[in-house]
Amino acid sequence: MPEPMLRLQKLRKSFGALVVTDDLTLDVMPRELHAVIGPNGAGKTTLINQISGLIAPDSGTVLFSGRDITGMPVDARARLGLARSFQVSSVLPRFSALENVALAVQSRSGSSFRFLGRAAEEAALNGPAMAALGDVGLAERAHVPAGKLAHGEKRALELAIALAMEPKVLLLDEPMAGTGREETARLIAVLRRLKGRFSVVLVEHDMTAVFALADRISVLLYGRILASGVAAAVRADPRVVAAYLGDEME
Amino acid sequence: MPASLAASPVRPRGGLLAATLPASIFLVLALLPVVTSVTGSTYLISLGSRVMIFAIAAVALDLLVGYAALISFGHAAFIGLGAYAVGILSAYGFTDALVSLPVALAVSAAYAFLTGLVCLRTKGVYFIMITLAFGQMAFFTASSLAPFGGDDGLTIAARNTLAGFPVLRNERAFYYIVFFCLLSTYLFCRALVASRFGRVVRGAKENPVRVSTLGFDVYRFQLATYVIAGALAGLSGFLLANAAEFVSPAYMSWQRSGELIVMVLLGGLASLDGAVIGTAAYLLTEEWLSAFTENWKVIFGPVLVLIVLFARGGLLGLTSALARRFMRA
Repeated sequence: MPEPMLRLQKLRKSFGALVVTDDLTLDVMPRELHAVIGPNGAGKTTLINQISGLIAPDSGTVLFSGRDITGMPVDARARLGLARSFQVSSVLPRFSALENVALAVQSRSGSSFRFLGRAAEEAALNGPAMAALGDVGLAERAHVPAGKLAHGEKRALELAIALAMEPKVLLLDEPMAGTGREETARLIAVLRRLKGRFSVVLVEHDMTAVFALADRISVLLYGRILASGVAAAVRADPRVVAAYLGDEME
Repeated sequence: MPASLAASPVRPRGGLLAATLPASIFLVLALLPVVTSVTGSTYLISLGSRVMIFAIAAVALDLLVGYAALISFGHAAFIGLGAYAVGILSAYGFTDALVSLPVALAVSAAYAFLTGLVCLRTKGVYFIMITLAFGQMAFFTASSLAPFGGDDGLTIAARNTLAGFPVLRNERAFYYIVFFCLLSTYLFCRALVASRFGRVVRGAKENPVRVSTLGFDVYRFQLATYVIAGALAGLSGFLLANAAEFVSPAYMSWQRSGELIVMVLLGGLASLDGAVIGTAAYLLTEEWLSAFTENWKVIFGPVLVLIVLFARGGLLGLTSALARRFMRA
Protein backbone atom coordinates (compact mmCIF):
# COMPACT_ATOMS: atom_id res chain seq x y z
CA MET A 1 0.00 0.00 0.00
CA PRO A 2 1.43 3.38 -0.96
CA GLU A 3 2.13 6.06 1.57
CA PRO A 4 -0.80 8.43 2.09
CA MET A 5 -0.37 11.91 0.60
CA LEU A 6 -2.02 13.46 3.60
CA ARG A 7 -2.41 11.86 6.99
CA LEU A 8 -4.26 13.38 9.91
CA GLN A 9 -3.52 11.69 13.22
CA LYS A 10 -5.62 12.15 16.34
CA LEU A 11 -6.36 15.74 15.43
CA ARG A 12 -8.17 17.65 18.14
CA LYS A 13 -9.37 21.22 18.29
CA SER A 14 -11.82 22.93 20.59
CA PHE A 15 -13.11 26.47 20.80
CA GLY A 16 -13.79 26.91 24.50
CA ALA A 17 -16.08 24.07 25.56
CA LEU A 18 -17.02 23.24 21.99
CA VAL A 19 -15.00 20.39 20.53
CA VAL A 20 -14.95 20.93 16.76
CA THR A 21 -12.39 18.31 15.85
CA ASP A 22 -12.49 15.29 18.06
CA ASP A 23 -9.67 12.77 17.83
CA LEU A 24 -9.88 12.75 14.08
CA THR A 25 -7.74 10.40 12.01
CA LEU A 26 -7.91 10.39 8.25
CA ASP A 27 -5.74 9.30 5.32
CA VAL A 28 -5.89 10.77 1.84
CA MET A 29 -4.14 8.64 -0.75
CA PRO A 30 -2.19 9.92 -3.76
CA ARG A 31 -4.51 11.01 -6.60
CA GLU A 32 -7.55 10.18 -4.52
CA LEU A 33 -10.55 12.48 -4.39
CA HIS A 34 -11.72 12.25 -0.81
CA ALA A 35 -15.00 13.93 0.01
CA VAL A 36 -15.79 15.11 3.52
CA ILE A 37 -19.49 15.56 4.14
CA GLY A 38 -21.55 16.29 7.19
CA PRO A 39 -24.21 18.65 8.49
CA ASN A 40 -23.54 22.32 9.18
CA GLY A 41 -21.38 22.75 12.25
CA ALA A 42 -19.79 19.32 11.89
CA GLY A 43 -16.38 20.98 11.74
CA LYS A 44 -15.60 20.66 8.05
CA THR A 45 -14.19 24.12 7.44
CA THR A 46 -12.25 24.00 10.71
CA LEU A 47 -10.72 20.77 9.48
CA ILE A 48 -9.68 22.36 6.17
CA ASN A 49 -8.24 25.31 8.09
CA GLN A 50 -6.14 22.97 10.22
CA ILE A 51 -4.81 21.19 7.17
CA SER A 52 -3.98 24.43 5.34
CA GLY A 53 -2.50 25.93 8.49
CA LEU A 54 -4.86 28.84 9.19
CA ILE A 55 -5.82 27.23 12.51
CA ALA A 56 -3.45 25.26 14.76
CA PRO A 57 -4.84 22.04 16.23
CA ASP A 58 -4.72 21.64 20.02
CA SER A 59 -3.11 18.25 19.58
CA GLY A 60 -2.46 15.63 16.94
CA THR A 61 -0.38 15.79 13.80
CA VAL A 62 -0.77 16.61 10.13
CA LEU A 63 1.56 14.65 7.85
CA PHE A 64 2.13 15.71 4.27
CA SER A 65 3.86 13.01 2.22
CA GLY A 66 5.06 11.54 5.48
CA ARG A 67 6.45 14.87 6.68
CA ASP A 68 5.13 16.47 9.87
CA ILE A 69 3.77 19.91 8.92
CA THR A 70 1.69 20.52 12.05
CA GLY A 71 3.66 23.58 13.10
CA MET A 72 4.40 24.92 9.63
CA PRO A 73 3.04 28.33 8.64
CA VAL A 74 0.42 28.69 5.92
CA ASP A 75 2.72 30.05 3.25
CA ALA A 76 5.32 27.32 3.72
CA ARG A 77 2.63 24.64 3.38
CA ALA A 78 1.43 26.29 0.20
CA ARG A 79 4.96 26.16 -1.19
CA LEU A 80 5.09 22.43 -0.45
CA GLY A 81 2.09 21.95 -2.71
CA LEU A 82 -0.94 22.35 -0.50
CA ALA A 83 -3.47 24.57 -2.27
CA ARG A 84 -6.93 25.49 -1.09
CA SER A 85 -10.07 27.29 -2.08
CA PHE A 86 -12.34 29.13 0.32
CA GLN A 87 -15.99 28.60 1.11
CA VAL A 88 -16.60 32.34 0.87
CA SER A 89 -14.97 33.48 -2.35
CA SER A 90 -11.64 34.91 -1.40
CA VAL A 91 -10.26 36.35 -4.58
CA LEU A 92 -8.45 39.69 -4.79
CA PRO A 93 -11.32 41.92 -5.93
CA ARG A 94 -9.31 44.70 -7.56
CA PHE A 95 -6.97 42.38 -9.41
CA SER A 96 -8.15 41.10 -12.76
CA ALA A 97 -9.03 37.42 -12.98
CA LEU A 98 -5.79 36.87 -14.87
CA GLU A 99 -3.72 38.70 -12.27
CA ASN A 100 -5.31 36.67 -9.47
CA VAL A 101 -4.17 33.49 -11.15
CA ALA A 102 -0.82 34.94 -12.28
CA LEU A 103 -0.03 35.72 -8.64
CA ALA A 104 -0.56 32.05 -7.83
CA VAL A 105 1.73 31.07 -10.72
CA GLN A 106 4.28 33.57 -9.42
CA SER A 107 4.46 31.81 -6.07
CA ARG A 108 5.99 28.73 -7.64
CA SER A 109 8.01 30.31 -10.42
CA GLY A 110 11.17 31.82 -9.05
CA SER A 111 11.69 34.53 -6.49
CA SER A 112 9.13 37.23 -5.94
CA PHE A 113 11.73 39.52 -4.42
CA ARG A 114 12.13 41.15 -7.83
CA PHE A 115 11.76 44.88 -7.68
CA LEU A 116 12.01 45.71 -11.36
CA GLY A 117 10.30 44.41 -14.45
CA ARG A 118 6.57 44.54 -15.03
CA ALA A 119 4.97 41.44 -13.57
CA ALA A 120 1.82 42.01 -15.62
CA GLU A 121 3.79 41.54 -18.83
CA GLU A 122 5.68 38.38 -17.92
CA ALA A 123 4.71 35.68 -20.37
CA ALA A 124 6.08 33.05 -17.97
CA LEU A 125 3.34 34.07 -15.53
CA ASN A 126 0.51 34.95 -17.91
CA GLY A 127 0.82 31.79 -20.01
CA PRO A 128 0.14 29.24 -17.26
CA ALA A 129 -2.41 31.61 -15.74
CA MET A 130 -4.37 31.77 -18.98
CA ALA A 131 -4.18 27.98 -19.22
CA ALA A 132 -5.68 27.62 -15.74
CA LEU A 133 -8.41 30.11 -16.59
CA GLY A 134 -9.08 28.13 -19.74
CA ASP A 135 -9.39 24.93 -17.66
CA VAL A 136 -12.28 26.40 -15.70
CA GLY A 137 -13.86 28.21 -18.65
CA LEU A 138 -12.93 31.74 -17.66
CA ALA A 139 -10.53 32.60 -20.50
CA GLU A 140 -12.90 35.17 -21.95
CA ARG A 141 -13.19 36.97 -18.63
CA ALA A 142 -9.45 37.17 -17.95
CA HIS A 143 -9.28 40.96 -17.87
CA VAL A 144 -12.34 41.61 -15.74
CA PRO A 145 -11.61 42.72 -12.16
CA ALA A 146 -12.33 39.71 -9.95
CA GLY A 147 -14.68 41.75 -7.79
CA LYS A 148 -16.93 42.31 -10.81
CA LEU A 149 -17.28 38.62 -11.72
CA ALA A 150 -20.57 36.84 -11.15
CA HIS A 151 -20.77 34.52 -8.15
CA GLY A 152 -20.34 31.34 -10.18
CA GLU A 153 -17.40 32.87 -12.01
CA LYS A 154 -15.73 33.72 -8.72
CA ARG A 155 -16.11 30.07 -7.69
CA ALA A 156 -14.47 29.03 -10.95
CA LEU A 157 -11.72 31.59 -10.39
CA GLU A 158 -11.06 30.16 -6.92
CA LEU A 159 -10.54 26.83 -8.59
CA ALA A 160 -8.26 28.31 -11.28
CA ILE A 161 -6.11 29.95 -8.60
CA ALA A 162 -5.73 26.64 -6.80
CA LEU A 163 -4.93 24.81 -10.04
CA ALA A 164 -2.31 27.37 -11.02
CA MET A 165 -0.36 26.42 -7.92
CA GLU A 166 0.09 22.92 -9.38
CA PRO A 167 -0.78 21.41 -6.04
CA LYS A 168 0.01 17.96 -4.73
CA VAL A 169 -3.02 18.20 -2.47
CA LEU A 170 -5.96 20.42 -3.23
CA LEU A 171 -8.36 21.40 -0.45
CA LEU A 172 -11.72 22.51 -1.78
CA ASP A 173 -14.03 24.06 0.77
CA GLU A 174 -17.53 23.92 -0.71
CA PRO A 175 -16.55 24.92 -4.24
CA MET A 176 -20.19 24.70 -5.32
CA ALA A 177 -21.56 26.86 -2.49
CA GLY A 178 -24.25 29.15 -3.80
CA THR A 179 -23.87 28.25 -7.48
CA GLY A 180 -26.80 27.49 -9.74
CA ARG A 181 -27.57 24.11 -11.21
CA GLU A 182 -25.83 24.81 -14.50
CA GLU A 183 -22.70 26.18 -12.89
CA THR A 184 -22.58 23.25 -10.50
CA ALA A 185 -22.69 20.88 -13.47
CA ARG A 186 -19.89 22.79 -15.13
CA LEU A 187 -17.70 22.77 -12.00
CA ILE A 188 -18.33 19.02 -11.60
CA ALA A 189 -17.20 18.50 -15.20
CA VAL A 190 -14.07 20.53 -14.55
CA LEU A 191 -13.24 18.58 -11.38
CA ARG A 192 -13.92 15.27 -13.09
CA ARG A 193 -11.40 16.21 -15.76
CA LEU A 194 -8.79 17.17 -13.18
CA LYS A 195 -9.39 14.16 -10.98
CA GLY A 196 -6.42 11.84 -10.70
CA ARG A 197 -3.82 14.56 -11.29
CA PHE A 198 -3.43 15.14 -7.55
CA SER A 199 -5.12 14.37 -4.25
CA VAL A 200 -8.24 16.34 -3.47
CA VAL A 201 -10.07 16.85 -0.21
CA LEU A 202 -13.53 18.00 -1.17
CA VAL A 203 -15.85 19.47 1.42
CA GLU A 204 -19.25 19.79 -0.20
CA HIS A 205 -22.95 19.88 0.60
CA ASP A 206 -24.05 19.13 -2.91
CA MET A 207 -24.55 15.35 -2.84
CA THR A 208 -24.82 15.09 -6.62
CA ALA A 209 -21.31 16.49 -6.83
CA VAL A 210 -19.99 14.31 -4.03
CA PHE A 211 -21.33 11.05 -5.44
CA ALA A 212 -20.26 11.98 -8.96
CA LEU A 213 -16.68 12.74 -7.95
CA ALA A 214 -15.59 11.03 -4.75
CA ASP A 215 -13.43 7.92 -4.61
CA ARG A 216 -13.98 7.75 -0.89
CA ILE A 217 -16.24 9.64 1.45
CA SER A 218 -15.84 10.47 5.12
CA VAL A 219 -18.86 11.58 7.08
CA LEU A 220 -18.14 14.10 9.81
CA LEU A 221 -20.45 14.59 12.78
CA TYR A 222 -19.64 16.70 15.82
CA GLY A 223 -15.98 16.69 14.85
CA ARG A 224 -15.76 12.91 14.64
CA ILE A 225 -15.62 10.62 11.64
CA LEU A 226 -18.87 8.72 11.69
CA ALA A 227 -18.10 6.57 8.68
CA SER A 228 -15.46 6.43 6.02
CA GLY A 229 -15.20 4.34 2.88
CA VAL A 230 -16.06 4.03 -0.78
CA ALA A 231 -19.11 5.96 -1.91
CA ALA A 232 -21.53 3.06 -2.16
CA ALA A 233 -20.69 1.72 1.32
CA VAL A 234 -21.07 5.10 2.97
CA ARG A 235 -24.34 5.70 1.21
CA ALA A 236 -25.74 2.44 2.52
CA ASP A 237 -24.46 2.87 6.08
CA PRO A 238 -27.56 3.14 8.30
CA ARG A 239 -25.80 5.45 10.78
CA VAL A 240 -24.98 7.87 7.99
CA VAL A 241 -28.49 7.80 6.63
CA ALA A 242 -29.89 8.47 10.09
CA ALA A 243 -27.46 11.25 10.94
CA TYR A 244 -27.19 13.10 7.70
CA LEU A 245 -28.12 11.66 4.37
CA GLY A 246 -31.70 10.96 5.34
CA ASP A 247 -32.71 14.58 4.96
CA GLU A 248 -30.44 15.28 2.03
CA MET A 249 -31.57 12.39 -0.11
CA GLU A 250 -35.28 13.18 -0.07
CA MET B 1 -9.15 30.06 -26.27
CA PRO B 2 -8.52 33.06 -28.53
CA ALA B 3 -4.82 33.61 -29.10
CA SER B 4 -5.08 37.38 -28.64
CA LEU B 5 -6.33 36.90 -25.08
CA ALA B 6 -3.53 34.59 -24.15
CA ALA B 7 -0.84 37.03 -25.14
CA SER B 8 -2.20 40.37 -23.99
CA PRO B 9 -1.08 41.47 -20.54
CA VAL B 10 -3.18 43.49 -18.14
CA ARG B 11 -2.51 47.18 -18.55
CA PRO B 12 -3.48 49.67 -15.91
CA ARG B 13 -6.24 51.80 -17.28
CA GLY B 14 -6.42 55.48 -16.55
CA GLY B 15 -6.24 57.00 -19.99
CA LEU B 16 -4.49 60.10 -21.07
CA LEU B 17 -4.35 61.72 -17.65
CA ALA B 18 -2.43 58.84 -16.09
CA ALA B 19 0.33 59.15 -18.67
CA THR B 20 0.57 62.91 -19.09
CA LEU B 21 0.12 63.98 -15.48
CA PRO B 22 3.46 62.79 -14.07
CA ALA B 23 5.20 64.07 -17.20
CA SER B 24 3.72 67.53 -16.73
CA ILE B 25 4.48 67.60 -13.00
CA PHE B 26 8.14 66.88 -13.61
CA LEU B 27 8.28 69.24 -16.58
CA VAL B 28 7.00 72.11 -14.43
CA LEU B 29 9.48 71.23 -11.70
CA ALA B 30 12.33 71.04 -14.20
CA LEU B 31 11.51 74.42 -15.72
CA LEU B 32 10.90 76.32 -12.48
CA PRO B 33 14.51 77.56 -12.10
CA VAL B 34 14.51 78.72 -15.73
CA VAL B 35 11.43 80.83 -15.04
CA THR B 36 12.79 82.25 -11.81
CA SER B 37 16.09 83.13 -13.45
CA VAL B 38 14.18 85.98 -15.09
CA THR B 39 13.14 87.44 -11.76
CA GLY B 40 16.46 86.67 -10.16
CA SER B 41 14.89 85.67 -6.86
CA THR B 42 15.90 82.44 -5.17
CA TYR B 43 12.81 82.35 -2.97
CA LEU B 44 10.81 80.17 -5.36
CA ILE B 45 13.77 77.88 -5.90
CA SER B 46 14.23 77.13 -2.24
CA LEU B 47 10.47 76.74 -1.83
CA GLY B 48 10.49 74.33 -4.77
CA SER B 49 13.37 72.34 -3.25
CA ARG B 50 11.48 72.12 0.03
CA VAL B 51 8.35 70.84 -1.72
CA MET B 52 10.33 68.20 -3.60
CA ILE B 53 12.19 67.09 -0.47
CA PHE B 54 8.94 66.41 1.33
CA ALA B 55 7.49 64.87 -1.82
CA ILE B 56 10.20 62.19 -1.65
CA ALA B 57 9.06 61.27 1.85
CA ALA B 58 5.41 61.44 0.80
CA VAL B 59 5.95 59.15 -2.20
CA ALA B 60 7.66 56.68 0.14
CA LEU B 61 4.76 56.95 2.58
CA ASP B 62 2.31 56.31 -0.25
CA LEU B 63 4.09 52.99 -0.83
CA LEU B 64 3.14 52.04 2.71
CA VAL B 65 -0.28 53.63 3.11
CA GLY B 66 -1.54 53.46 -0.45
CA TYR B 67 -0.11 50.20 -1.73
CA ALA B 68 0.39 48.12 1.39
CA ALA B 69 -2.36 49.54 3.66
CA LEU B 70 0.27 50.06 6.35
CA ILE B 71 -0.68 53.34 7.98
CA SER B 72 2.61 54.45 9.46
CA PHE B 73 2.27 57.29 11.93
CA GLY B 74 5.99 57.49 12.53
CA HIS B 75 7.28 58.26 9.06
CA ALA B 76 8.87 61.56 10.12
CA ALA B 77 11.27 59.66 12.37
CA PHE B 78 13.08 58.35 9.28
CA ILE B 79 13.38 61.86 7.85
CA GLY B 80 14.82 62.96 11.18
CA LEU B 81 17.29 60.07 11.26
CA GLY B 82 18.53 60.95 7.79
CA ALA B 83 18.85 64.60 8.80
CA TYR B 84 20.64 63.81 12.06
CA ALA B 85 23.08 61.59 10.20
CA VAL B 86 24.13 64.65 8.20
CA GLY B 87 24.20 66.91 11.29
CA ILE B 88 26.14 64.61 13.57
CA LEU B 89 28.62 63.56 10.88
CA SER B 90 29.34 67.17 9.99
CA ALA B 91 29.84 67.97 13.69
CA TYR B 92 32.64 65.40 13.56
CA GLY B 93 34.03 66.82 10.35
CA PHE B 94 32.57 64.38 7.86
CA THR B 95 31.05 66.84 5.46
CA ASP B 96 30.97 64.97 2.18
CA ALA B 97 27.74 63.57 0.78
CA LEU B 98 29.58 60.43 -0.31
CA VAL B 99 29.84 59.63 3.39
CA SER B 100 26.73 61.22 4.84
CA LEU B 101 24.24 60.03 2.22
CA PRO B 102 25.00 56.30 2.56
CA VAL B 103 25.02 56.69 6.35
CA ALA B 104 21.68 58.54 6.26
CA LEU B 105 20.15 55.79 4.13
CA ALA B 106 21.65 52.99 6.20
CA VAL B 107 20.59 54.45 9.54
CA SER B 108 17.00 55.05 8.49
CA ALA B 109 16.80 51.65 6.79
CA ALA B 110 18.19 49.97 9.90
CA TYR B 111 15.71 51.74 12.16
CA ALA B 112 12.91 50.74 9.77
CA PHE B 113 14.10 47.14 9.82
CA LEU B 114 14.38 46.88 13.61
CA THR B 115 11.10 48.66 14.38
CA GLY B 116 9.37 46.99 11.43
CA LEU B 117 10.17 43.57 12.88
CA VAL B 118 7.95 44.50 15.81
CA CYS B 119 5.40 46.85 14.20
CA LEU B 120 4.44 44.46 11.42
CA ARG B 121 3.41 41.84 13.94
CA THR B 122 0.42 44.09 14.64
CA LYS B 123 -2.50 45.12 12.46
CA GLY B 124 -4.76 48.11 11.94
CA VAL B 125 -5.01 50.58 14.79
CA TYR B 126 -2.28 48.80 16.74
CA PHE B 127 0.08 49.28 13.82
CA ILE B 128 -0.71 53.01 13.78
CA MET B 129 -0.11 53.27 17.53
CA ILE B 130 3.13 51.33 17.56
CA THR B 131 4.65 53.22 14.62
CA LEU B 132 3.65 56.41 16.46
CA ALA B 133 5.39 55.11 19.57
CA PHE B 134 8.61 54.32 17.72
CA GLY B 135 8.44 57.71 16.03
CA GLN B 136 8.13 59.44 19.39
CA MET B 137 10.96 57.33 20.73
CA ALA B 138 13.23 58.73 18.02
CA PHE B 139 11.89 62.22 18.72
CA PHE B 140 12.63 62.09 22.45
CA THR B 141 16.01 60.51 21.87
CA ALA B 142 16.95 63.38 19.56
CA SER B 143 15.58 65.92 22.06
CA SER B 144 17.83 64.53 24.76
CA LEU B 145 20.99 64.52 22.65
CA ALA B 146 22.62 67.35 24.64
CA PRO B 147 25.93 67.27 22.71
CA PHE B 148 23.97 67.78 19.49
CA GLY B 149 21.75 70.64 20.59
CA GLY B 150 19.02 68.67 22.35
CA ASP B 151 15.67 70.44 22.02
CA ASP B 152 17.20 73.38 20.22
CA GLY B 153 18.55 71.35 17.34
CA LEU B 154 21.88 71.43 15.68
CA THR B 155 23.22 73.98 13.23
CA ILE B 156 25.25 72.59 10.36
CA ALA B 157 28.27 74.75 9.51
CA ALA B 158 27.88 74.32 5.77
CA ARG B 159 26.11 72.12 3.27
CA ASN B 160 27.77 68.84 2.36
CA THR B 161 30.24 68.74 -0.45
CA LEU B 162 29.81 66.21 -3.21
CA ALA B 163 33.06 64.35 -3.86
CA GLY B 164 34.83 67.45 -2.62
CA PHE B 165 32.91 69.94 -4.78
CA PRO B 166 30.60 72.45 -3.10
CA VAL B 167 27.81 71.91 -5.66
CA LEU B 168 25.07 71.67 -3.01
CA ARG B 169 25.88 75.22 -1.96
CA ASN B 170 24.64 76.61 -5.23
CA GLU B 171 20.88 77.07 -4.80
CA ARG B 172 20.13 76.18 -8.41
CA ALA B 173 22.40 73.13 -8.50
CA PHE B 174 20.94 71.97 -5.21
CA TYR B 175 17.46 72.32 -6.70
CA TYR B 176 18.37 70.03 -9.58
CA ILE B 177 19.98 67.50 -7.27
CA VAL B 178 16.75 67.38 -5.27
CA PHE B 179 14.82 67.15 -8.53
CA PHE B 180 16.96 64.21 -9.61
CA CYS B 181 16.38 62.48 -6.25
CA LEU B 182 12.62 62.96 -6.47
CA LEU B 183 12.48 61.76 -10.07
CA SER B 184 14.55 58.67 -9.22
CA THR B 185 12.41 57.95 -6.17
CA TYR B 186 9.26 58.31 -8.21
CA LEU B 187 10.48 56.08 -11.06
CA PHE B 188 11.80 53.48 -8.64
CA CYS B 189 8.51 53.32 -6.75
CA ARG B 190 6.57 53.24 -10.02
CA ALA B 191 8.59 50.21 -11.11
CA LEU B 192 8.36 48.65 -7.66
CA VAL B 193 4.56 48.59 -7.50
CA ALA B 194 4.32 46.99 -10.95
CA SER B 195 6.99 44.38 -10.22
CA ARG B 196 6.53 40.85 -8.92
CA PHE B 197 7.34 42.16 -5.47
CA GLY B 198 4.82 44.98 -5.79
CA ARG B 199 2.13 42.61 -6.94
CA VAL B 200 2.50 40.50 -3.80
CA VAL B 201 2.37 43.63 -1.63
CA ARG B 202 -0.70 44.96 -3.45
CA GLY B 203 -2.36 41.57 -3.19
CA ALA B 204 -1.67 41.41 0.53
CA LYS B 205 -3.33 44.81 0.90
CA GLU B 206 -6.54 43.36 -0.49
CA ASN B 207 -6.48 40.02 1.28
CA PRO B 208 -3.42 39.00 3.30
CA VAL B 209 -4.81 35.58 4.21
CA ARG B 210 -5.44 34.72 0.59
CA VAL B 211 -1.95 35.80 -0.40
CA SER B 212 -0.37 33.71 2.34
CA THR B 213 -2.32 30.64 1.21
CA LEU B 214 -0.74 31.19 -2.21
CA GLY B 215 2.64 30.57 -0.61
CA PHE B 216 3.86 34.08 0.16
CA ASP B 217 5.24 35.05 3.54
CA VAL B 218 3.38 38.38 3.67
CA TYR B 219 5.38 39.58 6.68
CA ARG B 220 8.68 39.48 4.78
CA PHE B 221 7.25 41.40 1.86
CA GLN B 222 5.79 44.05 4.13
CA LEU B 223 9.01 44.33 6.08
CA ALA B 224 10.98 44.89 2.89
CA THR B 225 8.48 47.58 1.84
CA TYR B 226 8.80 49.22 5.25
CA VAL B 227 12.60 49.29 4.98
CA ILE B 228 12.49 50.73 1.45
CA ALA B 229 10.05 53.45 2.53
CA GLY B 230 12.20 54.19 5.57
CA ALA B 231 15.37 54.51 3.51
CA LEU B 232 13.66 56.85 1.03
CA ALA B 233 12.46 59.01 3.91
CA GLY B 234 16.10 59.00 5.08
CA LEU B 235 17.05 60.38 1.66
CA SER B 236 14.49 63.12 2.17
CA GLY B 237 16.04 63.83 5.59
CA PHE B 238 19.53 64.00 4.11
CA LEU B 239 18.33 66.65 1.65
CA LEU B 240 16.31 68.50 4.28
CA ALA B 241 19.30 68.87 6.59
CA ASN B 242 21.33 70.24 3.71
CA ALA B 243 18.58 72.58 2.58
CA ALA B 244 18.08 74.05 6.03
CA GLU B 245 21.68 73.70 7.23
CA PHE B 246 20.04 72.78 10.49
CA VAL B 247 18.50 69.72 12.12
CA SER B 248 15.98 69.65 14.91
CA PRO B 249 13.97 67.07 16.81
CA ALA B 250 10.89 68.77 15.36
CA TYR B 251 11.63 66.97 12.09
CA MET B 252 10.62 63.76 13.85
CA SER B 253 7.57 64.98 15.73
CA TRP B 254 4.31 63.10 15.39
CA GLN B 255 2.74 66.28 13.99
CA ARG B 256 5.15 66.04 11.09
CA SER B 257 4.22 62.37 10.57
CA GLY B 258 0.58 63.43 10.57
CA GLU B 259 1.26 66.15 8.02
CA LEU B 260 2.86 63.59 5.72
CA ILE B 261 -0.23 61.39 5.93
CA VAL B 262 -2.35 64.46 5.13
CA MET B 263 -0.16 65.24 2.11
CA VAL B 264 -0.64 61.75 0.73
CA LEU B 265 -4.39 61.73 1.41
CA LEU B 266 -4.78 65.22 -0.01
CA GLY B 267 -3.19 64.24 -3.29
CA GLY B 268 -4.85 60.85 -3.57
CA LEU B 269 -3.75 57.47 -2.24
CA ALA B 270 -1.98 54.76 -4.18
CA SER B 271 -1.00 56.77 -7.22
CA LEU B 272 2.46 58.19 -6.36
CA ASP B 273 1.55 61.23 -8.52
CA GLY B 274 -0.96 62.10 -5.85
CA ALA B 275 1.75 62.15 -3.18
CA VAL B 276 3.74 64.72 -5.16
CA ILE B 277 0.68 66.85 -5.89
CA GLY B 278 -0.56 66.59 -2.29
CA THR B 279 2.81 67.67 -0.91
CA ALA B 280 2.93 70.66 -3.24
CA ALA B 281 -0.66 71.60 -2.44
CA TYR B 282 -0.09 71.29 1.30
CA LEU B 283 3.17 73.21 1.50
CA LEU B 284 2.17 75.92 -0.96
CA THR B 285 -1.15 76.46 0.80
CA GLU B 286 0.70 76.65 4.09
CA GLU B 287 3.09 79.19 2.61
CA TRP B 288 0.31 81.24 1.08
CA LEU B 289 -2.18 81.18 3.96
CA SER B 290 0.46 81.81 6.60
CA ALA B 291 1.24 85.08 4.86
CA PHE B 292 -2.26 86.25 5.78
CA THR B 293 -2.61 84.85 9.25
CA GLU B 294 -0.70 82.94 11.82
CA ASN B 295 -3.76 80.76 12.42
CA TRP B 296 -3.82 79.46 8.88
CA LYS B 297 -4.69 75.98 10.05
CA VAL B 298 -8.14 77.25 11.04
CA ILE B 299 -8.82 77.74 7.35
CA PHE B 300 -6.85 74.76 6.10
CA GLY B 301 -8.51 72.28 8.47
CA PRO B 302 -12.05 72.65 7.12
CA VAL B 303 -10.81 72.64 3.52
CA LEU B 304 -9.12 69.35 4.19
CA VAL B 305 -12.27 67.89 5.75
CA LEU B 306 -14.24 68.95 2.67
CA ILE B 307 -11.74 67.30 0.34
CA VAL B 308 -11.76 64.07 2.28
CA LEU B 309 -15.58 64.09 2.43
CA PHE B 310 -16.37 65.08 -1.12
CA ALA B 311 -13.34 64.18 -3.17
CA ARG B 312 -12.47 60.61 -2.39
CA GLY B 313 -9.21 60.01 -4.14
CA GLY B 314 -7.95 63.47 -3.18
CA LEU B 315 -6.98 66.20 -5.59
CA LEU B 316 -5.95 63.63 -8.18
CA GLY B 317 -9.34 61.92 -8.02
CA LEU B 318 -11.01 65.33 -8.29
CA THR B 319 -8.94 66.28 -11.34
CA SER B 320 -9.59 63.06 -13.21
CA ALA B 321 -13.33 63.26 -12.44
CA LEU B 322 -13.38 66.80 -13.83
CA ALA B 323 -11.28 65.76 -16.82
CA ARG B 324 -13.67 62.95 -17.63
CA ARG B 325 -16.63 65.32 -17.45
CA PHE B 326 -14.81 67.79 -19.65
CA MET B 327 -13.90 65.15 -22.25
CA ARG B 328 -17.48 63.97 -22.48
CA ALA B 329 -18.88 67.48 -22.92
